[in-house]
Parts: sequence; C-alpha cells; structure tokens
Amino acid sequence: MRGAPDKRTRMAGPTVSASLRSQRWSAWSGLFAVILLLAPLPARAVQPDEVLKDPVLEHRAREISEGLRCLVCQNQSIDDSDAPLAKDLRLLVRDRLEKGDTNQGVKDYIVARYGEFVLLRPVFALHTLLLWLTPALAVLLGAFGLWRLARRRPPAPERRLTAAEEAEVAALLRRE
Amino acid sequence: MIVETGHFALALALALSLVQMVMPVWAARSGDPALRQTTSQAALGAFACVLFAFAALTWAHATSDFSVQNVVENSHTQKPLIYKLSGVWGNHEGSMLLWVLILTLFGACVAGAKNSVPPRLRANTLGVQGLITFVFVLFIITTSNPFTRVVPAPIEGRDLNPLLQDPGLAIHPPLLYLGYVGFSITFAFAAAALIEGRIDAVWARAVRPWTLSAWCFLTLGIAMGSYWAYYELGWGGWWFWDPVENASLMPWIAGTALLHSTVVMEKRDALKVWTVLLAILTFSLSLVGTFIVRSGVLTSVHSFATDPTRGVFILGILVLFIGGSLALFAWRAPLLRQGGLFAPISREGSLVLNNLFLVAACATVFVGTLYPLLLEMLTGDKITVGPPFFNSTFVPLAIPLLLIVPFGQSLAWKRGDLLAASQRLFFALGVALAAGFATLAMTAGGPVMAPIGIGLGAYLLIGSAMEIVARARGYGARRTRSPAIIARRAFGLPRSAWGTSLAHAGVGVVVIGIAAQGWASEGLASLKPGQSLTVGPYVATLDRVAPRQGPNYEEAGAFLTVRNRAGDEVGQVETGRRFYPSRQMTVTESGLLTLGASQVYASLGEAGKDGSIGLRLYYKPLVLLIWLGAVVMALGGALSLTDRRMRVGAPAKAKGRALPASAVAAE
Repeated sequence: MRGAPDKRTRMAGPTVSASLRSQRWSAWSGLFAVILLLAPLPARAVQPDEVLKDPVLEHRAREISEGLRCLVCQNQSIDDSDAPLAKDLRLLVRDRLEKGDTNQGVKDYIVARYGEFVLLRPVFALHTLLLWLTPALAVLLGAFGLWRLARRRPPAPERRLTAAEEAEVAALLRRE
Repeated sequence: MIVETGHFALALALALSLVQMVMPVWAARSGDPALRQTTSQAALGAFACVLFAFAALTWAHATSDFSVQNVVENSHTQKPLIYKLSGVWGNHEGSMLLWVLILTLFGACVAGAKNSVPPRLRANTLGVQGLITFVFVLFIITTSNPFTRVVPAPIEGRDLNPLLQDPGLAIHPPLLYLGYVGFSITFAFAAAALIEGRIDAVWARAVRPWTLSAWCFLTLGIAMGSYWAYYELGWGGWWFWDPVENASLMPWIAGTALLHSTVVMEKRDALKVWTVLLAILTFSLSLVGTFIVRSGVLTSVHSFATDPTRGVFILGILVLFIGGSLALFAWRAPLLRQGGLFAPISREGSLVLNNLFLVAACATVFVGTLYPLLLEMLTGDKITVGPPFFNSTFVPLAIPLLLIVPFGQSLAWKRGDLLAASQRLFFALGVALAAGFATLAMTAGGPVMAPIGIGLGAYLLIGSAMEIVARARGYGARRTRSPAIIARRAFGLPRSAWGTSLAHAGVGVVVIGIAAQGWASEGLASLKPGQSLTVGPYVATLDRVAPRQGPNYEEAGAFLTVRNRAGDEVGQVETGRRFYPSRQMTVTESGLLTLGASQVYASLGEAGKDGSIGLRLYYKPLVLLIWLGAVVMALGGALSLTDRRMRVGAPAKAKGRALPASAVAAE
C-alpha cells in the first residue's frame, strides 16, 4: 500500500538543503566553490504532492520535464531540480497537460515564455547547425584525411643510423 | 614555523624547476652531457621540496592550526581525522598544491627511469616538465598561496563543505589529478620529440607506460566521481553530461586514442605526427578540464571575472601551453619523418578507425560543452546543450567504435584477413545476437535500446575472451586442439595481451551496466512508519524514523526493510538527512542495498507535519557493473603495465632474443 499523497499538504520542516546540482558541480570541479552552497533552498525534485492522479498524464509530464532546463540551475532538468522555479514549471507542465495540451504544445508554450534556453535538447536550426553537424563533420574530415594518407607514396628509404645510434639500438635489444 | 618552512620549500621548488628547465638547453649548447644529469637531480629536488610543502600544509590541517587561513576556511576541530587530511585538497589552494605534487612526482619518476628512456630524450622531457612545474608553482605562490596566515587566529574553523566529507571525495581528486597530470609527461615527451626533430619506435616505447598509467588513474578517477555523484546526490543518476564531467571525459577519450595510436607507432612505425598531436591535445584537454572549469567560465561568461588575477593567470597558462605547443607542432612537425604506410584491412587499420571515432566523439563533447558559451559571445543567443544532445550524438559514434574492437584484435598486423577474422568472431556475434534477442523476448514491451546494449556488451566480452583463446590455440602449423597446450600457451601469452583483453572486456561490462539502466524503475511517496512502497521487483516498508548524533552533524535516519514480491525479506536499508551546524547545511545520505550487481536506492526527503516522510526509491538493475567495468578496464591497463617490456628498467632476459617483443605480439 502506498502512503496517500495529499494534494493540499506541502511537506514542511527545516529546509536548508542547498541546490544539490550546484553542489555536485563544485565538488566535481575540484571542490572549490563554497559560497554557492550556503543558500538555503527547499527540498529536491518531484514531490509526492505534485504527482498527477492519471499515470499516463504523469508519465507524459515526466517525459516533458526531463527535457526542460531548470533556469536557475546548472545544466539540470526541472525533473531533477529542487529550485522553486523548477517546481513552478513542473506544475505548469502538469496544468497544461490536464487542460489537454499535446507534448509539443506544452513545450512550445514554455519556449514561448522562457526562450530556447529552456530546452535541454537544442533545436536544429541555422544557429545550431555547426553543433549538430560536428560528429558527422569530424568523421568525414577524418576519413578524408585517411584517404589522402592512403594515396600518398611510400616515403624515401630511411637514413642510415649513426654508429652511436646503432650501439644504442644494440643495447636496447640486449635488454629485452 | 612548519608552515613557513613549507612556504619556503615551495619557493625553493620554484628555483629548482627553473634549473630543471634550463639545464637541458645548456647541455645541448655546451655539448656537455654531464649537465643533463643535473636536470634529473633538479627534478628529484623539486619533488622533495613540493612534498615537504604538502606535508607542511597537511600538518597544519591535521593539527587544526587556525592561524593558517586555508585551515580556518576548510577545517573544524570536530571533523574526523580522515576528512581533516582530505580537506587539504578539498579547496582551491590545496588542490593546486596536490596538482603540483603529482606533477613533480611524475617528473621524479622520469628522472629515476634511467634504463627505459634514452638520456637526451629524458633530459629534454624533464626540461619541458620543469617549465610546467615552474609556471604552476608560480601560479600558486602569486595567486593561490595556501600558507597565508591570519592574525588574530580564530578559535574555530569554518569546516569543510559537508558534501566533501565523504570517503569517495577523499580519493576522487587525487585519482583524477594522477590522470590529468600523468598526461603532462606524454605532453613533455611530445614536446621533447618536436624539439629534437626526431621521433621513432624508441620514443613510442618510452612514452607508453606513462600514457597507460595516467589513463588507468583517469579511468578510476572518473568512475569514482560518477559513483560518488550517484550515491551522494540522491537521485540515482550516474552521468549527467555536465560540463565538469565532460571536462574529465575529454582527456580520457583523447588519452584512449593516444594509447592506441602509440601501439601503432611502436609496432609499425606509423602515425608519428598524429601521435605527437594527440599527446599535445590530451594534456591540453586536461588543462582545460582543470582550469576552464575552475575559472567558472563555463557557468557564465561573467563569473570569469570574479577573481581577475587568477582568471587572467589561468588564461595565460592555457595560452602558453596549448598555443605554444601547437605552434611548436606546426613549426617542427614537418621535420618528423612520416613512417610506414599500411593496408586498411589490418590491425593498424582498425586502430586508425578507433582513433577516428574516438576523436570524433571527443570533438563532439568539446563542441557540445563550449558551443553555448561561444554562441552567446558571438550572437547573444542563449541555448542549452544538455544530456539529450550528447546521448543522441555520442552513442551513434560509440556503437561503431565498439563493434570494431574485437575485429581489430583478431586482425593481424600489416595485412589482415577480414573473412578469417569474421569467422573467428562468428561465435561471439552469434552469442551476442542470441543474448540480445533473448533479453528482448524476456522484457517484451520494454525499452528497445537496452537489449541492443546487452547484445553489444556480450559481443565485447566474448570477443575479448575469444582473442585469448585464438592466440593460445595458435595459427597455421602451430594450431592445436589440446586443451593442455592451449592452457599452457594462454598462460605464456604476454601480459599486455591479457591486459588488452581484460580492458576490452571491461568496456563490455560497462556497456551491459549502462544498457540495463533501461529497466530501472522509480517510486515516490510520503510514508508513515508501517507503510510500504513498491519499486521494481521489491517492496520497501518504512520501519521507523530516528535521530542520530554524528561527530560533527545531527542526522534524521529512516530505516526500511526490503522484501521481494513473495514477501521474503532481502535486506535492510537506511537513509538519512544530515545537518551540519557549522555550515548550516543539510545533506542527504542515500541508502544503498546491494543485491548482486543490482541496487535498491533510497533517498530521504522532507518530513511532513503529520509524521510522514517523503521517500524516493529506485531499483537499479546491474548498476554496479558500470563502475566495476571501469575498474576492470583499469586493471587491464595495470596488467599491461606489468608486462616485461613496459617495466621501467626491466632486467635483461637470459635468452638473447633477436627480435623485440613485437614479434611475440604479432605471432
């Protein structure tokens, strides 16, 4: 049996947990940013009281919110974030879904309000062309380089080793 | 007093690194090879000095000497001793000192490797290392001095960030730095080769143990960081494509490419210029990893200016080393003789493909990480490049790369036979397909990518094992069916062969672990004691919630009993929220119940007014394989390091062999 989540009761209590995402950031990068961690912020990510009753709608809400960025965090989705703004966005997504919006409709609505910055998956457009084409360009460029290399004629015969180098080679071989 | 001596030792290290840098040049000018010896001595001296400085800082931390600012800011009398020690590198100044300590440690190792590195190459390499040491010690002394005193000394320190008070974080930075800084040696070798204007198989051979050890440490460091993020951050993710993670991944990918191209250079005398370029790029990416992230430029363009002195110094360092080495490359690389050519269907051909895909993957991560920053600077447009981008670009590059792995291993050098290799891999491919389809059938309706990943992982595992079997069985006239002979030959194979197979098998293990996350499940609820929550195949019941007192924190703990669907108890798990009064911070301690390679992951939320608590549970099937696989990879690398021909100053073998080990490896 599940503890029945009451839509009205927000969980209260001492809420001093700092933004976990920024904490991980600092720790990972060499453990230096300390100031970031002192700001008191409320609890983390999706709360039991936010969950929609309809599991299909809830699943769609989670799908959408995984692709939306928490605007005040570092590269973190609103699904993972504990910031109040992320919570507002999660509730907004659920609200739009309950009103019958499609997934794309919800995303468009939020992009219209907050800009492209909110999308974790950048759109494919002129200004992101280079970004999206990087993998293909890198492979093609490399393949072209290899093709050039394969066409090159074999190099001229090696220069003879000097007597000192011969001795060095012999010494190295002896050690094998 | 000890603190001042430490400060002085650091200044002495600065002077010695200058000697280390200048002596090889002087030796070349004056033609007196005895001067080169001085270089080695200076490198050893610099290491001793930095070690002393580091020990002095450690002493200040261990004894809670609050007259030192660094200790005041990062320590507390009540903190357990292990975190007092790890607190030494848990801050900017101390971590820089650790960075330089490792740098000089590697320098001292090269100075001590008398037999494996030719003297002139060693001296020049140490000279370049001396330059790196000089610049970084100067950076510490001028902008990040850990020995600054405070007057009057406070009674109590401000404590270390509680998130860092964790065994994982105590060892993660040293491992990561051993990896990052280890690549400084390959960089120095590359620069030395460029300065000398010659490069050959001896160079490749001298450089390979250093690349390999740096790679092993970086592998472990990244795995450790990933595991730490997984259990400490409380939402069960293990890789976030976060810029800081990408910063450590990029040198790892480039280092992996370098490792493979060095093999080609050693065995086939090819890819020389490319290998030098990769060595430069790998360390450049390490520098970017350490410093661009640290300067905060990735978070926001503006935060770069929060500490202008440091920011400008860091920028200067990056320009000096990356720009300088690339300029040196452009100037001197044409002097390096291009080596032999090769057929596309051969082991070296497949290693070139490996490099192609690895470099493309590295470029993708690099562009993806920096693109938002550049776009904002150029056009003012703000975009986000998040995990969905990396998943959909990195994975298509990784899959062909992984498919090549067993092929490459079973192709011969110079001229491979693709048909024969395919026949040999037929078994592996068959088992992989069977595993994939069986998984698909068992989990019908589940994610599609996961069974594909399982199949790919099985293919890598079996392909690696097959390689050892095939080599032990022998080819042509030596071919045998006798299990005894096969076992004996397998035992006699060079350790580098075993190491390669083990490392590749480790990749397979990681792939299986990642793929299995497609079946992970999550449960979320407010529970009162006695209530239960179902997650995956398990049911967790909240037994009680109880407070506890730690050395420097107070904890609210939740205790759960986990049962399977049949109702049998499989284990207990506890999770808590720790409050650190000295920093006024709360940290979630997630609870992990390990069941085989799978885990049940519990994370405690806030307490409700009605006595309930928020609880988040995850079932993570085979999740441990992700990190165990990385450990297997590093073990493979370490095994390869113990190979006779890699060992630093390995004694001569009794039987004089006319051909070096490449003949053995190629048989």
